[in-house]
Amino acid sequence: MTEERLLLSGDDAVALAALHAGVRLGTGYPGTPSTEILETFDRLGGHAQWAPNEKVALEVGIGSAFAGARTLVTMKHVGLNVAADALFTATYTDVDGGLVIVSADDPGMASSQNEQDNRHFARAAGAPMLEPIDSQQAYDYTWLAFAIGERWKIPVILRLTTRICHAKTVVRPRGVEQRRSLESHETSTEHGKTEHRFRRDIPTRVMIPAFAKPAHHRLRQKLAEIAAWNEAEGPMQEYGSEARDQDGDQPAPKLGIIATGVAAMHAREAAPDARQLTFGLTYPLPLTRIRAFAAQVERLLVIEEGDPVLVDDLNAAGIKAEGKPMRYRFGELNVERARRIIAGEDSPEPEPAKGKPPELCQGCSHRVVFEALRDLNCIVAGDIGCYTLGVLPPFSAMDTCVCMGASIGVGLGMRHVLPEAEARRVVSVIGDSTFVHSGLTGLAEMVYNPPPTGHLVLILDNGTTAMTGQQEHPGTGRSLDHSPTHQLDFAGIAQAMGVQSVVLIDGSDKTLSLEERIATQLARDETALFIVRQPCVLAAPKIRLYEKAAAGERERRCAALPEIDD
Amino acid sequence: MITNIVIAGLGGQGVVKASDILADAALAAGFDVKKSELHGMSQRGGSVTSDVRYGHPEHSPVLSPMVPPGEAHVLLVLEPTQVEVARPLLHPGGLLIGPELIEPGALKNKKSFNVAMLGALSTGLEIGELYWQQAIQANLAEKLHALNAQAFALGRARGPS
Repeated sequence: MTEERLLLSGDDAVALAALHAGVRLGTGYPGTPSTEILETFDRLGGHAQWAPNEKVALEVGIGSAFAGARTLVTMKHVGLNVAADALFTATYTDVDGGLVIVSADDPGMASSQNEQDNRHFARAAGAPMLEPIDSQQAYDYTWLAFAIGERWKIPVILRLTTRICHAKTVVRPRGVEQRRSLESHETSTEHGKTEHRFRRDIPTRVMIPAFAKPAHHRLRQKLAEIAAWNEAEGPMQEYGSEARDQDGDQPAPKLGIIATGVAAMHAREAAPDARQLTFGLTYPLPLTRIRAFAAQVERLLVIEEGDPVLVDDLNAAGIKAEGKPMRYRFGELNVERARRIIAGEDSPEPEPAKGKPPELCQGCSHRVVFEALRDLNCIVAGDIGCYTLGVLPPFSAMDTCVCMGASIGVGLGMRHVLPEAEARRVVSVIGDSTFVHSGLTGLAEMVYNPPPTGHLVLILDNGTTAMTGQQEHPGTGRSLDHSPTHQLDFAGIAQAMGVQSVVLIDGSDKTLSLEERIATQLARDETALFIVRQPCVLAAPKIRLYEKAAAGERERRCAALPEIDD
Repeated sequence: MITNIVIAGLGGQGVVKASDILADAALAAGFDVKKSELHGMSQRGGSVTSDVRYGHPEHSPVLSPMVPPGEAHVLLVLEPTQVEVARPLLHPGGLLIGPELIEPGALKNKKSFNVAMLGALSTGLEIGELYWQQAIQANLAEKLHALNAQAFALGRARGPS
């Protein structure tokens, strides 16, 4: 520790720890509240890149870790669903370099389509999980995640939530001399170097049944060892009074609270005099330590945000624990809700005042599209992004929104079964980043199983991942740091796949109205893709700067080329 | 004790920037500080609130990063329509500083309104003026420093004493 006091968000604390720990590669897909981790890691000088989606990010991360490098993979909670296929087998493998997967959950759905609790993933995939209570622990547990991951050669999930990711709290980072080295690295001559060489290890990395069967046994053995380590040395804090009566005996305090994550902070503030046990490695659980704590109190209460994961685990292990009433499963917790849970209060809570809902920006390129879809009375299969706001007045022009890329499949499903007149009104609407993330396979489905009336997909291409704060993606032609790279050609892809009508539309071109174009297309029995292109009004000035910088760089390179005589 | 401050407004008004400046100033003044708000959808013109809490690092460190509803000692509101929306966050005996304190014409650039409001807030807090100036400079581009220093001074002159 140093005397340096920094006020950091949890996201920035993870990025700083990754830099200090010598992470070679950070990869992920933008998603609130995780996005800032890789942006900060890049700004601090780390190697960070956006992947097309979370599954590809985790796969790149697994490769990097197999090659011995410390690797950070970041995503929001629903992103881990996309990456789950990779996760569930990666835990069977031996990773040489630490592989830390950040899952940023969004209880209360500040900016998400569900409030799933990714603590279930740790249990289902057999991945150790660390949960910080503030930015200091976000920093410390990033280090710890690499230490655990490298000691047991296992991917580790660092689970953050919105109030960890975006709350700023004081962080004292490690001193320079304490950086980079981890226990396992100090005992290994191969590690700790910047050069990583390939080490062939087929039985731990090729998951055919013959190798995967023993690998599953190894995973359970690793988790048993990690649980034992957690009991003995795991990160744990116990708070509360050690009150003794006049005879010096220690009477059992009435209330003992077990809480993790930011809920531990709410609980401590709500009941400063109660005994409280908080632990950082929340899977596998330190059940012996919890049992000992439970024996010291009369009432054992679990205060956890989201699903009853911890309380169910304790009761399954024979530790009698009380959970919260069902109403507190919905939304975030806070100090007031923690007080109510402690008081056993299950009456309706006061409704928070209704604020002004968000809306599409003035001048947003999506507005004209949703005006057209509204006026044509289209049945709109929507997707995830700023344009989901098309569901709100004055447009009210979205009928479905499920998950990344679902617009295309959902639209096709409706086209297949609706009566012809209704089927013709169905349109799928998807953003440019979302199209790269999960729309390409939907397009393959459209040309492979075309409905009798055909179908129309609109890519609302505003040249950025707008909703999460204007990140680059493979369709923008710029990397995470906004430097030029290869650009995906949406029209070329659709044509090569065999989409019958592919139209590139300049969103600012008013010569032929979008409404007329859509109406004409809906009357045809074709598969069609319209790419409506107009930059996000917030991102446009920055995009112009990036393009200018790229053009300048090209000129410099051309000028530096030697002249060639034919 | 812990000081609880909530800043409220609409997306795009600089609510988060104002709370960043306040939190940095409190940190520089030696306090333990936490601040919290929601990002994402709310940035699209919707209601935004940001919570800042600070206390003595040994005697009263801050625990939860969120101000419990009805426990804000000061509520700073940047937008007239948000006064009633945010009022339930204020403690019954708390101080409301509303946007009418600074008429729009008083500022050279209306974008520095959030910093002017911080000036008004600053008179009631135990954070020295130097720390405010440092925090403003650390959070804004250099070309905006002079403009915002003026805005802060204007707000400070009108703050509740």
